[in-house]
Amino acid sequence: MQRAAGARVGPGTAPRARRGGLRWGPLVPIAPALLVVLVLFVYPFAYGLALSLHPIGALARGGMLANYAAFFGTPWERASIWNTLRLAVPVSALDLALALPLAYRLRRPLPGQRLITALLVIPMTLGTVLLAEGMIEFFGPAGWANKALLALHLVRMPVQFVHNYTGVFISLAIADFPAVFLVLLGYASGVDPRLEQAARTLGAGWWARLRRVTLPLLAPGIAAAAALSFVATFSVFPSAVLVGEPAGSTRVIALAAWQAAYEQFDYPRASAIAMVMAAIELVFVALVLAARNRAYRGPTIGGRG
Amino acid sequence: MSAVARAPRARTDGGSSWWVYAAVAAFALLVAGIFLSAFLNSIASSWFGGWLPDGYTMRWYRFALAEFNLGYVLWVTVVVGVSVTVLSLILGVPAAYVLARHAFPGRAPLLLLLVLPMLVPPITYGIPLAAMLYAAHLGGSLAGVIVVNIVPALPFAVLIMTPFFEQIDPNLERAARTLGAGPVQVFRRVLLPIALPGVLAAGLLILVRAIALFELTFLVSGARSQTLVVALYYTAFAAGNRPAQAIDAMAVVYMVTGLVVLLAALRFINPVNMVIRVRQ
Repeated sequence: MQRAAGARVGPGTAPRARRGGLRWGPLVPIAPALLVVLVLFVYPFAYGLALSLHPIGALARGGMLANYAAFFGTPWERASIWNTLRLAVPVSALDLALALPLAYRLRRPLPGQRLITALLVIPMTLGTVLLAEGMIEFFGPAGWANKALLALHLVRMPVQFVHNYTGVFISLAIADFPAVFLVLLGYASGVDPRLEQAARTLGAGWWARLRRVTLPLLAPGIAAAAALSFVATFSVFPSAVLVGEPAGSTRVIALAAWQAAYEQFDYPRASAIAMVMAAIELVFVALVLAARNRAYRGPTIGGRG
Repeated sequence: MSAVARAPRARTDGGSSWWVYAAVAAFALLVAGIFLSAFLNSIASSWFGGWLPDGYTMRWYRFALAEFNLGYVLWVTVVVGVSVTVLSLILGVPAAYVLARHAFPGRAPLLLLLVLPMLVPPITYGIPLAAMLYAAHLGGSLAGVIVVNIVPALPFAVLIMTPFFEQIDPNLERAARTLGAGPVQVFRRVLLPIALPGVLAAGLLILVRAIALFELTFLVSGARSQTLVVALYYTAFAAGNRPAQAIDAMAVVYMVTGLVVLLAALRFINPVNMVIRVRQ
């Protein structure tokens, strides 16, 4: 009752004037979205956590943490963390390093800008499977990549690019790049160019400008891009199977979770692996945010809007 | 225009941007090589060892259409994509508006909660969510697939629409309210018409993502509710008894679907606005 009344109070009422308390009226529109997140995300997450603490089958007598003990105690399972990290971290770093200069330069007009942006963004639509199938042919023993290398006498024998670590690495790097680039482009175009000009006027060389002005201003964008890129690459799954070596070096953690759930039908153990995954993910995001707060806090002046 | 704009830059820039073109060309060449390998294979009658296929045919597309039930899968993909987009917009637009307009205690934690589903891998909540849906007899159904896909789509909708609303002058709403419009009227008659281009653009981006999202659909879908990505994955995974050319044909159909939507999105919006920047 109170809420509806609050929301309908029209023009003359100053915000939060009545009863000196909070006005909940304006918050009503957010409620449905919040409800969806609570029911479809928070609750399943809590359910998964609870499920992971109730081991079944052979692990049932091992106590609440038996699923976790089994995961960390089995070298084969434990290795999936390392298999994932050694893909996710270098791929994210590489994509950031490639996208950052491009996004920074493209914030100012350049002939052919639209085409360039489109070319960098279009791989988004390739999809994992087309990318994987294309790579198997392009990088295969009789594919164009090996043909070119052989024709140029750079190699004597066809190089094996796919069905190993390299294949997943290339596939992830291509699939992940457009999103990293777009996030950085958005932030780079929000940085006021006059700040750099001011630094230049004051006699700063390009290295000093980059280190003391540009990078700190872009820190939030770099952090956002790094976090999103890590989420995407850390949960890699289809490409690890299709162009990787899913029974070996690219048995990633998402695959381990899926196998527990859908091949062994052990939902509690799968949930435990999923929780380990989420924990690693959130630790990484927290580290990125901490690093970003060390880099710079403050306005970048103006921004877009 | 360019002459005027470029003059001061040339002086301050030191000039060359050749490396941008070189980098983009290298990237485009790699992607084009990969795409063309799959595309040519999908229209090749056979391709042994040469630089180009030995002959061309549309046979594999007809094969994919018949064998993989491509028409039905495309229909499911469209239904799921459009439903997810519309539902995320209906839920996300009001939330984004509130986050853009009102400063209230607890705004930051609320925003964090709303975007959290984007920050954890889908498989982490997807597995228990799938278990829940199967318990509720929604597992394997079209409705179940739509429900799970809303989880990552809604935060995305909120994140990209909040800046759109921030750019609208609050005086317009105040004027409407002074003239006696209620909150719902203000929203429907003033805000929505102004925000409509932004909302449509956001919708296209949500659609692109919904079409591409793999994990959640993979966990929940049944034989009759697979979207194109998932059907494609199963086909590629069980590649042994299917001709590779037919898988490529299906993958090309998938890419064209996504490409059409993405190009439409790029026409409506500057890619710079496609990203997330929320006032802190």
